[in-house]
Amino acid sequence: MRRRPKRKGSKTIVNIILAFICFIWLVPTIGLFVSSFRPATEILKTGWWSVFPHKENVTKDQIQLPKDTDLRQPIEVNGTTYTDDELRSGVKAPDGSVLIWENRRGRTINVQQSGWKMNTSFTTENYKGVLTGKQYQITDTDGSVKTKKGSGLSRAFLNTLTVSIPATIIPILIATFAAYAFAWLRFPLRKTMFVIVIMLLVVPLQVAMIPVLKDYTALGLNGTFLGVWIAHAGFGLPLATYFMYSYISQLPKDLFESAFMDGASNFTIFTRLILPLAVPSIASISIFQFLWVWNDYLVSLVFIGNQPGVQVLSMKIADMVGTRGNDWHLLTAAAFVSMLMPLAVFFGLQKYFVRGLLGGSVKG
Amino acid sequence: MITSTATATATAKAKSNFSRNLFWSILVPVLNAILHSAIFIVLRDSEINPILHAALAILWGVGGIYLIYWSLNWVVEKYSDLWRRRIQPYLFVGPAFLLLSWLLLIPTIRTLYMSFLDASSTKFVGLANYAAIFTNRLLVTALRNNLLWVLFGATACIVLGLLIAVLADRSSFERIAKAIIFLPMAISFVAAGVIWKFIYYYQPGDEQVGLLNAVVVALGGEPQAWTSMMQPWNNLFLIVILIWMQTGFAMVIFSAALKGVPEDMLEAARMDGAGEIKIFFRIIIPFIMTTILSVTTTIIVFTLKIFDVVMIMTGGQYDTEVVATQFYRQFFMYRNFGYGSTLAIVLLIAVIPVIVFNLRQMRKQGGF
Repeated sequence: MRRRPKRKGSKTIVNIILAFICFIWLVPTIGLFVSSFRPATEILKTGWWSVFPHKENVTKDQIQLPKDTDLRQPIEVNGTTYTDDELRSGVKAPDGSVLIWENRRGRTINVQQSGWKMNTSFTTENYKGVLTGKQYQITDTDGSVKTKKGSGLSRAFLNTLTVSIPATIIPILIATFAAYAFAWLRFPLRKTMFVIVIMLLVVPLQVAMIPVLKDYTALGLNGTFLGVWIAHAGFGLPLATYFMYSYISQLPKDLFESAFMDGASNFTIFTRLILPLAVPSIASISIFQFLWVWNDYLVSLVFIGNQPGVQVLSMKIADMVGTRGNDWHLLTAAAFVSMLMPLAVFFGLQKYFVRGLLGGSVKG
Repeated sequence: MITSTATATATAKAKSNFSRNLFWSILVPVLNAILHSAIFIVLRDSEINPILHAALAILWGVGGIYLIYWSLNWVVEKYSDLWRRRIQPYLFVGPAFLLLSWLLLIPTIRTLYMSFLDASSTKFVGLANYAAIFTNRLLVTALRNNLLWVLFGATACIVLGLLIAVLADRSSFERIAKAIIFLPMAISFVAAGVIWKFIYYYQPGDEQVGLLNAVVVALGGEPQAWTSMMQPWNNLFLIVILIWMQTGFAMVIFSAALKGVPEDMLEAARMDGAGEIKIFFRIIIPFIMTTILSVTTTIIVFTLKIFDVVMIMTGGQYDTEVVATQFYRQFFMYRNFGYGSTLAIVLLIAVIPVIVFNLRQMRKQGGF
């Protein structure tokens, strides 16, 4: 239902305000994206916005004043007098150019002309640097070429994938089985069990974490893929069960009756009828769970740890923030690598994505 | 005579059926256990190519869970009709329930119990840990900061979300605008942390490459180290990140609710000469009040559990600690299990009423 615009003028104002807000919302991401392609030498010297056309004072000429010029007196340059302070911060000369000290002790002054400029030196070195685990060459801030060890982000990417795919499919399969039984099978303790599942929706991860960690240590599950799959499966189950239940219980009853008439078993009904019918719901909750696991930091921090063989992206990047806090060329590239998957899901599956995220908002 | 033979045969058959079923009922789970632990150990200890390792692990994880259900169901299908009908529901629900018991239900009880024990979980101390929450400086700071997060973060998300939803509804590029605002919800807090750390970045000297400091300098101000200055107001700079990420959530839900406001109601109000602002506060807001409440509560829960942002941005330094980070610190750095569990329970207690309210709302509206 489109609302009829009241007045032309008010719509323009609305558009302008909204565009402004959208601009503010986009700027942080653009800044990251642009910075991740800038060479290490540039990134700490000029802001990332200097890649866009902007006015900048460019030195056109230099004036050498007599070495014995007294800086406490007004200084005469090309027939006009300036104070030392003015020359320090830059001052406009009558012809429109800007005068500023190049070297105050050497008494040299730069004559700058304002002009349009763009910083367009881009590089993919940052990505090479973060993705490989091997040695690579990089031009350092002072211009020298150095050999550094890469951050091995491609391994972390692979690990994150290894964690995320089973940690999505396992809980959702388990939850869908349970949801089917809760919705359509009658058995003792059904109500009690269902109420417990719903109650567990409220439990924050932190509450369960430490006892589970103790069990994991005893079982040797710490720092293994299986361990983190089980953890994510358990923590994601209440929501997934509830989500799937609310869909499966709404399916028409006749559907099951005719299938039973044909002699189909519960398992067949489940795999041949329920799963295909529930695909849209499964897609939504899967996307939510997948992104949750992909973006998760806390569970990986507690249950996976730091060994390179299992370390995931979020851990790796958090690590880099701690150890390479000022290497913005690496940090921005690494952060962008971790965003690739969520962005792909966002643009590719937007419909399911929004629904899944809204449904997932009650996750404990 | 004939009947008794028949009965005897039937009994014998039932007996052999029973023993055969028992055999399978034991063998299949045992085989499952052996198979999966073997794969687990092989995968854990093998030094094969990482890509192959990842592929095998994924294959096992996904295929394994299906194999377990399929094989156990194969056993249950062998039972008599009566027993199959009795057992099968538990086969479907059982794994979920066992997993939940192990990972959530029992741990919650254990954590609750630990919150009454001392730092090393050896002596019973009663409510001493709970008292410490309100007296220990570190813990009080964490609580205060969480309050700041809820107060400023949640409010800003709601107000901005509503504002943007209303604007988008009346603009000419609704879809794109909504996508742009919603986008940050997709990325991780860790990545968002890097983005905003760069925006707040401060370096001594004239040239500021952090966006915020560059803007401040351009406006004639002094550059600042934003996340460590003016405690406790530096928390606001972290809260901005939450707002940036969560406003999209509020906006999408409000936007859907706004579409549900009946057009003729608005038309009638306009006929009566009510201005747009009056219509907004007198008609639209009351109409979507339940939605506003449920979004508010959802964001409050989310905010109460905030962890990643603080860890990445400051690591809890400069008085930015919140309950979840303090929980982590108590457990993994100070090894104070008593305080740690108590903080977790405090979090649980804070979250419960909000989620109960939310679920009720959802039920009223007919599920998701």
